[in-house]
Amino acid sequence: MPAVSKGDGMRGLAVFISDIRNCKSKEAEIKRINKELANIRSKFKGDKALDGYSKKKYVCKLLFIFLLGHDIDFGHMEAVNLLSSNKYTEKQIGYLFISVLVNSNSDLIRLINNAIKNDLASRNPTFMNLALHCIANVGSREMAEAFASEIPSILVAGDTMDSVKQSAALCLLRLNRTSTDLVPMGEWTARVVHLLNDQHLGVVTAAASLITTLAQKSPDDFKTSISLAVARLSRIVTSASIDLQDYTYYFVAAPWLSVKLLRLLQCYPPPEDAAIRSRLTECLETILNKAQEPPKSKKVQHSNAKNAVLFEAITLIIHHDSEPTLLVRACNQLGQFLQHRETNLRYLALESMCTLASSEFSHETVKTHIETVINALKTERDVSVRQRAVDLLYAMCDRSNAKQIVAEMLSYLETADYSIREEIVLKVAILAEKYAVDYTWYVDTILNLIRIAGDYVSEEVWYRVIQIVINRDDVQGYAAKTVFEALQAPACHENLVKVGGYILGEFGNLIAGDSRSSPLVQFNLLHSKFHLCSVPTRALLLSAYIKFINLFPEVKTTIQDVLRSDSQLRNADVELQQRAVEYLRLSCIASTDILATVLEEMPPFPERESSILAKLKRKKGPGNLPDIDDARRHVNGSTEHSEITEHTKKGSTHPFDDPLNLSSTPSTGASLLVDVFSDSTTLAPVDVSEENFPRFVCKNNGVIFENQLLQIGLKSEYRQNLGRMYVFFGNKTSTQFLSFSASLNVHAKTVEPIIEGGAQVQQILNIECISDFTDAPLLSIQFRYGGALQNIAVKLPVMLNKFFQPTEMTSQDFFQRWKQLGIPQQEVQKIFKAKHPMDTEVAKAKILGFGVALLDGVDPNPANFVGAGVIHTKNTQVGCLLRLEPNTQAQMYRLTLRTSRDSVSQRLCDLLSEQF
Amino acid sequence: RKVGGVGERCFGVFSLLIRFILIQNRAGKTRLAKWYMQFDDDEKQKLIEEVHAVVTVRDAKHTNFVEFRNFKIIYRRYAGLYFCICVDVTDNNLAYLEGIHNFVEVLNEYFHNVCELDLVFNFYKVYTVVDEMFLAGEIRETSQTKVLKQLLMLQSLE
Repeated sequence: MPAVSKGDGMRGLAVFISDIRNCKSKEAEIKRINKELANIRSKFKGDKALDGYSKKKYVCKLLFIFLLGHDIDFGHMEAVNLLSSNKYTEKQIGYLFISVLVNSNSDLIRLINNAIKNDLASRNPTFMNLALHCIANVGSREMAEAFASEIPSILVAGDTMDSVKQSAALCLLRLNRTSTDLVPMGEWTARVVHLLNDQHLGVVTAAASLITTLAQKSPDDFKTSISLAVARLSRIVTSASIDLQDYTYYFVAAPWLSVKLLRLLQCYPPPEDAAIRSRLTECLETILNKAQEPPKSKKVQHSNAKNAVLFEAITLIIHHDSEPTLLVRACNQLGQFLQHRETNLRYLALESMCTLASSEFSHETVKTHIETVINALKTERDVSVRQRAVDLLYAMCDRSNAKQIVAEMLSYLETADYSIREEIVLKVAILAEKYAVDYTWYVDTILNLIRIAGDYVSEEVWYRVIQIVINRDDVQGYAAKTVFEALQAPACHENLVKVGGYILGEFGNLIAGDSRSSPLVQFNLLHSKFHLCSVPTRALLLSAYIKFINLFPEVKTTIQDVLRSDSQLRNADVELQQRAVEYLRLSCIASTDILATVLEEMPPFPERESSILAKLKRKKGPGNLPDIDDARRHVNGSTEHSEITEHTKKGSTHPFDDPLNLSSTPSTGASLLVDVFSDSTTLAPVDVSEENFPRFVCKNNGVIFENQLLQIGLKSEYRQNLGRMYVFFGNKTSTQFLSFSASLNVHAKTVEPIIEGGAQVQQILNIECISDFTDAPLLSIQFRYGGALQNIAVKLPVMLNKFFQPTEMTSQDFFQRWKQLGIPQQEVQKIFKAKHPMDTEVAKAKILGFGVALLDGVDPNPANFVGAGVIHTKNTQVGCLLRLEPNTQAQMYRLTLRTSRDSVSQRLCDLLSEQF
Repeated sequence: RKVGGVGERCFGVFSLLIRFILIQNRAGKTRLAKWYMQFDDDEKQKLIEEVHAVVTVRDAKHTNFVEFRNFKIIYRRYAGLYFCICVDVTDNNLAYLEGIHNFVEVLNEYFHNVCELDLVFNFYKVYTVVDEMFLAGEIRETSQTKVLKQLLMLQSLE
């Protein structure tokens, strides 16, 4: 126990700590602690009044126990008692306990505040400091209310001790942060600013922090601090190293204070007053000069302290961004650090240079260090340093060095840390696009990205390359040739297959003249990848195939054979199956002209901000992309293509993840190729209409929505887990509805864009239930009537019970199964008041409409209804038994459902109970 | 009152602020935890574990800085103890790195060749040393002479 002898001897505490340290196991520790807690509790509760020393000792033990991670639920009162002791050591323990353990506990806060008040008024600097530290540490609103007005006067009073001023300044800072509204600005602000002139550098250090915080919030009120800060800084940097005595740290004069003053100046633009400005410039030059002087000590503390000031000075120079000579000098200084043997300095130099790269004055100088930075990328051992190198390369990139930088980043990518790969991929993609002079280089770069780091290439990146290729006809032939070559690799990334499929589907004809890339060769190449790909990619390839049929009549039969094969036409995946069926059909019945129209080349995409840049911004947060924030650097194509927003969702979120899979018969095949571009612009549904929704629980046909303009009728049929819904949109007016669209939140599709007055159009939805679900799909309808845009959202009555198949069974079977479903969660019961007249026949019809079989003679009470059915979903089948017991006297029903799944029981019960 | 995690705070408003100071040994035992923001106990425990995880895997060739959520940790290792300060990403790394050293030199002087056990047995005094040098998340006093003089004066009080 080496420390005990040095302590002021709380022997019992030292013994206890030793005991804890000697515990061999967690259990032993807990046992020892519980013993101690019992002991302390009995002391606190005992008849004998404890003396101050004992109280201090026990409170301190409690604190130690708390810091070990155990809850403490007593002793607070004793701690508060210690606050009013007149012995420092007792007071100190009391305040420490409060600071660590008390959070605005209402009763105690009043007592604590009282004690603090006494100590603040005590004129004893030691006690005043304890009180101020407690306020600064706790900083609660209650304390701010009690003391916010008092502390400024302590801070600026002429007779306050220096150390108390220091504490008061930072205490005020804390209260200003937590309860700004309670800290009144006022006559004291001017006097606070003058603390920068104080003789005591400790006071200046504390005051500088306070003033910086206040100046950030109200710069105008503290403008006078500029001249004082410059003057103070000037005196520090020109002082001989011993002048400041206590504040000289390893031969560096007041490094922390210098840093704080330089920070304070960053709250403001360069000083307007010429004299102050030149004095500041002198200071900054002096700091830069000192960096070139031989070190006064070999100790790392010396160089760290010196460089702390230097880096802060450079930050200020960059912040001002107005003195070209200083900027260039700063840059050269950082350049030296880039090759320093201290990793810390290399790291900081890279980081600092990154911001310098964005200044027009220093951008060129930064660029001269490119080789060093590239070398850092290759040789640094610390990944965070390499990360800074990547950031700097990105920041210093411009047209002159883009090819070199992109090439270096690509080669680094091959070995880069997994944690930063995605970010590098995004950076490369942005630079390649921004500085592409010829787009062949851009295409090469992105394909390389996919080759090297395919897994890290997000959708945004490969969408973007397709957008650019579509929009620039000068690169389309090259792109087709390049993807064709890239696809030759025996193992290529699925993202490449996607890009390849899309580009060849659009522009394969541009390279078809060469016999080495004839239509058949192209098709065979693509199809050789087909079976290794995921469903969305296969869907995309199918679309490429139908495009091929249009581009190359000579491969039509080959492709039709493929589409006709069982693996396509009977694919278990409904999306693939549907595409195969439809494309095959389309290719058989459509004339060449129609095919050419339906499958014509994609129109250019509207120009917009690169989604990749948006993604990088999201990743890094705002403000971290110093250089590249001009959004206009994209593609030429600018024809407005209004269809795009309509066909959203499909490509990005694969709909099969939804429990309920809805798809529709598309009116044209052309839209299918749009589907890879997503903007996720789901229409924000206005008020969702669901008032008629419950009416459809037990029936399938009817009017789901109607207002003055539009009537929507439904007819639906279900079989097992599949359903089909016919939606009829009736125009009730005599005027046309223009730009009519109706889209589902689950899946997108099209209707006729115009509905004539009085006319009706029909839309067919195919529905598949994948697994049990609660939420019904939303149908969002948009159209123009007169000049006004109409937005309507309707909840489509697709409910779980639609997928019921009724099951007949005998009484014996029923009860046997009923017992099998006996786990409490499987049963849901609801007792509810009848909302409609209690008619037996109506009830029967409703139960049948609900989808189950009505079982007669099962329930001994003939007034009760018993039903059974099976819910069919793609993944599973859920058996379901129900019993409805009417009580005509009380006008109540009791509904009981048992199924093998609690979520199903609950949902069915909710649906059915609303019907009676 | 629950205050959101470190990651939810924005920069700028609180610049120059230390979020917390931690002293941990290699095994992850906390020897000092000083918080300058409100955290609930679970969050504190999580932060302690995360800091330990990011700091102990680093070696002498690494920098003394490590990104941490939206902040950074400036740390220095002394024998088996890690001294860590969590600050804003825009804060001055070297100033805090030397701030740690300055603090350690004071501890060393005060405890006459400080060792881990001194911090264990005199934990309540360590808080006093911290409050003399750092307050409200700011550097309060940097002069070792002044701090030690004050500590010795306090030591003499009963």
